[in-house]
Amino acid sequence: MSLQFVVDGLLTGSMIGLGAIGVTLTYSILRFSNFAHGDFMAWGTYATLAVVSAIGATFGKVAPIAPLSFGWPLLVALVVGMAFTALLALLLDRVLFSRLRSQGQAIIVVMASFGASMALRSLLEFTFSSRPTYFSRAIQIAMPVGFGIRITPDQIALLLLTAVLVLGVHLLMTRTQTGRAMQALSQNAALARIVGIDVASVVRVTWIIGGALACVAGVMIGILVQIRPFMGFDMLLPMFAAAILGGIGSIPGAVLGGLIIGLAEAGAVQLIGAEWRAAVSFIILMAVLFVRPIGLFGVRER
Amino acid sequence: MIDLIGYGAFFLTTALIFSLVTLGLNLQWGLTGLFNVGLAGFVAIGAYTSALLTTPDDAARLGGFGLPILVGWAGAMVVGGIAAALTGMATLRLRSDYLAITTFGVAVVVQLVALNAQKLTGGPFGIGFIPRPFGSLAETPLLFNLSNLAVVGAVTLIAYLALEHLSRSPWGRVLKALREDERAAISLGKSARFYRVQAFAVGGAIMALAGALQAHFTGFIAPDNYLPILTFQVWVMLIVGGSGSNLGAVIGSILVWGIWAGSGTLTSVLFAPEQQARAASLQIVAIGVMLCVILLIRPNGLFGDRPRRPRFGKREKAAAIKSSSGS
Repeated sequence: MSLQFVVDGLLTGSMIGLGAIGVTLTYSILRFSNFAHGDFMAWGTYATLAVVSAIGATFGKVAPIAPLSFGWPLLVALVVGMAFTALLALLLDRVLFSRLRSQGQAIIVVMASFGASMALRSLLEFTFSSRPTYFSRAIQIAMPVGFGIRITPDQIALLLLTAVLVLGVHLLMTRTQTGRAMQALSQNAALARIVGIDVASVVRVTWIIGGALACVAGVMIGILVQIRPFMGFDMLLPMFAAAILGGIGSIPGAVLGGLIIGLAEAGAVQLIGAEWRAAVSFIILMAVLFVRPIGLFGVRER
Repeated sequence: MIDLIGYGAFFLTTALIFSLVTLGLNLQWGLTGLFNVGLAGFVAIGAYTSALLTTPDDAARLGGFGLPILVGWAGAMVVGGIAAALTGMATLRLRSDYLAITTFGVAVVVQLVALNAQKLTGGPFGIGFIPRPFGSLAETPLLFNLSNLAVVGAVTLIAYLALEHLSRSPWGRVLKALREDERAAISLGKSARFYRVQAFAVGGAIMALAGALQAHFTGFIAPDNYLPILTFQVWVMLIVGGSGSNLGAVIGSILVWGIWAGSGTLTSVLFAPEQQARAASLQIVAIGVMLCVILLIRPNGLFGDRPRRPRFGKREKAAAIKSSSGS
């Protein structure tokens, strides 16, 4: 079998991993599995697409940066999109999740996120129709890099972007006061409050990080695959599986879990066929739940 | 007039099949506090099992075994129950969210198998020629619709009475005790996991039966019938009716299906044909918002049980989150 699956797997894995960071943070700090996370992805991507079109309408056609398929408008739009998605997450928390959380019914919050997910996705379908769209229809020539592997400049740039973002979030979580407060809250909420951690601000930071990274993951899918209202919903199972495989609450775990699932999916596509791709995450998920439910880097709940 | 009665019977038959799914979900969620977001998968398992068992022999795929319809229904319940029991056994010793994620995965995988395992499920084209209980009456639609309604009504009534009896039986009391205060129930020597797996399996079997009924009512099934939207509809039905109440489950189903069908008719009248798909997505938005609003302002629905304390990893943490995140 060709080694091409390594590149494909790393790319899919990056998208899953970036999404799974948000899932694992919401799960460990707010203590619910957010079924609307995939739809944050889709909303962020459509917001970015809208800004790109708006820039295109204002400044005319902008030439892409040398070997890449996109120019500065997409980078600007991505930043705007990330801010938008973070705001969307904060808004949803404000009107829905925080109110239900204050009633102390964790699983009701999960259900509400399921309802919100349906509503958000259908709203996208209503506004943009379910037809797929693209950031760019230009076709990139893949460069051979040896061992039968080919890679496009876009793919290299996105892999680098993922690495930078993951490193950034990891440093934020381990080296800053905010990050330590987030860890404290996820490990022992009562004790964290006693030592005077501002819970409300930690919750805000959680949503901002999760939303912004979901937007990046969505835009990656948009650049490399296509943009559809269902793009995020289809990523939900791989993201949950990655977060659980890595161990709930662990950022490196979520990313590593994402990469493992991405590679497994790409391998399965080569060996079995693309139509069974979605089953890979389920099989991995079940294996983790049976063998090691706390995941690779998880800690037992205290 | 005859048309109207015929349509009424058709509407009510569909609504009652939904009621049956909702009754199954009520046993899992309302009575036991188990969160199933993949119920479309269990409905599909029932429909396909019964179709495989009862359809005439088909060279293109496994089976049809041409067995009687009742055998198909029984088979559907057995397979659906086993699938639910396995799902439960894998996850019920873990936190409740894991069950939600796993059931979600079950629905995805069942959908994949329905689409891709052509030898088993007929692939995207589905399975046709599923025998109908009163197929011989199909020439007189009114009689056909009414007899279907009678069958589905009878099955729903039996399920309703059985569930009412179950929830008052010692078995049902254990489930309620586990839901309300797990530690107290365990201290009385009840195995939490064992009872929950049982409840989840019975609920799954009822959903599978509903899937089988639906398959034999329409005579044709395809993977598209079992998308996540089905799961979503049934959840809204249960929440509107009030989780915990079997009567609420039935009435909620009829009510929400009425709203759904009514708003569907309304959009087809109001919007031009090329706008229909978009209007249909607006319908889903409305129902999704409705679900969230009910959860916020009337979490017990129309006929809900008294306030409940769902299963949660650790009570202290629930309390901590409760008091901390109000700001």
